[in-house]
Amino acid sequence: MIRSLFGSGDSKERAGEASAPQTGSAAPAAPPAAQKASSLLDRLKQGIQKTRAGIVTALEDTIQGKKEIDAELLEELEFALIGADVGIQTATEVLERIRQRVDRKLVNDAGELKALIREHLLEVLQTAERPLVRAATPPTVLMIVGVNGVGKTTTIGKLAQQLGGEGKSVLLCAADTFRAAAIEQLEVWGQRTSTEVIRQKAGADPSSVMFDALQAAKSRSTDYVIVDTAGRLHTKSNLMAELDKMRRTAQKVIPDAPHEVWLVMDATTGQNGLEQARKFTESSGVTGIVLTKLDGTAKGGVVVAIARELMLPIRYIGVGEQAGDLLPFDAEQFVGTLLA
Amino acid sequence: MFDSLSEKLQRVFKNLRGEGKLTPENMEAALREIRVALLEADVHFKVVKQLIENIKVKAMGQEVMSSLTPGQQVIKIVRDELVEILGKHQSRIRTANEAPTVVMIVGLQGSGKTTSTAKLARHLFKASHNPLLVSVDVYRPAARDQLKILARDLKIPIYEGEPGNNIPLELAKGARREAIQTGKDFVLVDTAGRLHIDEDLMVELQTLKEALNPTEILFVADAMTGQDAVKSADEFHKRLGITGIVLTKMDGDARGGAALSIRQVTGQPLKFVGVGEKADALEAFHPERVASRILGMGDVLSLIEKVQEQVDTKNAEEMQRKLLDDEFTLADFRDQMKQLAKLGPLESLLGMMPNIGPMKQLKDVKVDPKEMTRVIAIIDSMTPHERSNHMVINGPRRRRIAKGSGTTVQEVNNLLKQYAQARKMMKSFTGGMGKGFLGKRLGKMKMPDLDSFLKGGGF
Repeated sequence: MIRSLFGSGDSKERAGEASAPQTGSAAPAAPPAAQKASSLLDRLKQGIQKTRAGIVTALEDTIQGKKEIDAELLEELEFALIGADVGIQTATEVLERIRQRVDRKLVNDAGELKALIREHLLEVLQTAERPLVRAATPPTVLMIVGVNGVGKTTTIGKLAQQLGGEGKSVLLCAADTFRAAAIEQLEVWGQRTSTEVIRQKAGADPSSVMFDALQAAKSRSTDYVIVDTAGRLHTKSNLMAELDKMRRTAQKVIPDAPHEVWLVMDATTGQNGLEQARKFTESSGVTGIVLTKLDGTAKGGVVVAIARELMLPIRYIGVGEQAGDLLPFDAEQFVGTLLA
Repeated sequence: MFDSLSEKLQRVFKNLRGEGKLTPENMEAALREIRVALLEADVHFKVVKQLIENIKVKAMGQEVMSSLTPGQQVIKIVRDELVEILGKHQSRIRTANEAPTVVMIVGLQGSGKTTSTAKLARHLFKASHNPLLVSVDVYRPAARDQLKILARDLKIPIYEGEPGNNIPLELAKGARREAIQTGKDFVLVDTAGRLHIDEDLMVELQTLKEALNPTEILFVADAMTGQDAVKSADEFHKRLGITGIVLTKMDGDARGGAALSIRQVTGQPLKFVGVGEKADALEAFHPERVASRILGMGDVLSLIEKVQEQVDTKNAEEMQRKLLDDEFTLADFRDQMKQLAKLGPLESLLGMMPNIGPMKQLKDVKVDPKEMTRVIAIIDSMTPHERSNHMVINGPRRRRIAKGSGTTVQEVNNLLKQYAQARKMMKSFTGGMGKGFLGKRLGKMKMPDLDSFLKGGGF
């Protein structure tokens, strides 16, 4: 599927979000398009400008400075991809494809290379897209997982804000009972967004907090329950088993819960991100990725490797610390900034 | 998962023996593998390029030493090169001429600054210092509460400032004043996480630096960071002149190539590594170990050290004698179990093992720590006679033991079966005597045996 790579997305028939209303549109449905779209563009433009000064402009320079496709150019393309953290395997795959086309004389102009790379990356990301799952009868349970310090609680605060703004009722569940002041942090977000937080004491069993929250949400028919979990490294199997237990507990209250499990990942994450996604998917059935901290200079290219190997779609991106700084993922925009 | 670099290089150099010398031709494939390994470990691509150049120069023309295979020899060159970049270990905090010494902790959001600050405070406290903590993170919700809770748990004083005071500079200055008044020799300043391109917040750090004149500015970096590590570290260093690096989340399985990039771009020493969420999970930085890890060779040294730390040598030798003399009783089995438990979660030990050969299977071994508690409870519920003569444990005795330990007869049966297996397995180890039973044996164990032992739910 060839699509307009530079056009401002008039062909928005992405598998995941806009279409497929019968599966229940988007769980936290995309925010009012027109108003948000400008802020999205602005932010991404800002992001691009920031990184212009960075190393990765090398790609643009390389392509504009040269017409011939030679080994040196291909090497620099590889560095641009690796510099964006897509990983050596994905980078090699992309370059292999280019080499083949060059050999078959399908590409003569270096300028076409960029389009080719975009197309390939886009295809990888779009193949992984899938519609969001929403409960037939409320509540829809959304579990947020990830390693330490990626921005889970902040993401939840932002989600609560957006859903609340759409008139949905939301309940937050403070199931990070481990880290000092994690509950308080979520409560601050609860106050900011006027969302109720179900909590217990620090050190309580997270499954028990989740049980309470789901019971409450079920009896009140709350639209969404967002469950905050403690950050954990994917190598700690006892902590990963805890997530599995939480899932099972959720199912006791709502048989098809959790409807979505999102792995929050920091855009600065390198190749370890793939292993993170793999392990979290095994233990907690991850259904999507939220990529945070994209307002820095990091590109978050590891999600391409994740989409490629684990077929996990990216749901949202985080671009700041304010409540509005969470945007629906747009593969074209993302690929654009990846190679900016 | 990936083959280890050593395996790959072994294959590359399969035919080298005959040639006897490392040449540009036979090195090429090897260098490619090294490059991939370094990039997979998140070392910055420019650093990788430089490294490869250096390695090429150093390796070329070297005779293949008879004691090493060519693969090992190249790995040694690469490893030495990495160690050199990572630098000698300097896990010391410098002190100011005049107390208090101010230490600023800076970094990106979520890198682990607050946790590291608490760990550092504990580290200093253990070394007979009197640290005072202060959080100037007035931005992230509940960030100051977080440090307060950690300080309370550690019983280390924290400066909280006037209620309602939300000005980082005033909080920091107030903390220093209080440290002087109360005779504290260290002030640890936990700053808010920020992006290196956030102009306002970077200026705030510069203002703090000017006002506090810190002796150390520690940059906290997540071991999982990818290629961007270079940019953020470089910017923090340019703006603040950092004096050291703390590498966090090294208890995961990230290879930690970012350490190399950050060290290269800032030239500042790596001082500590964070290896867990608890306050004592802070270790000195060892360049050789991180170098091995970056190359995917496991962290055997840390593993051995950990084992040596915990295992009582005398006790271990006694155990060894007992094994050889077939006197290994259930009581000894329990003691071994307890010793193993002291080493911490088994996964973290297994994570340090090199990812090679039969060791690979160990990576996926899952261990339930509660199992271990149950096993100990079962053995505790036996009489001394039963512990030293497991053969006497018949049906009624099994029922009694199960009742006493709150387990089931089935679990008791399982344990006895495992004990018998363990006895058999351990007896099969013979050979050179070393320092300690565990330290020695972990290197020697036949992995498939250990594997089935562990998978059998042994503990």
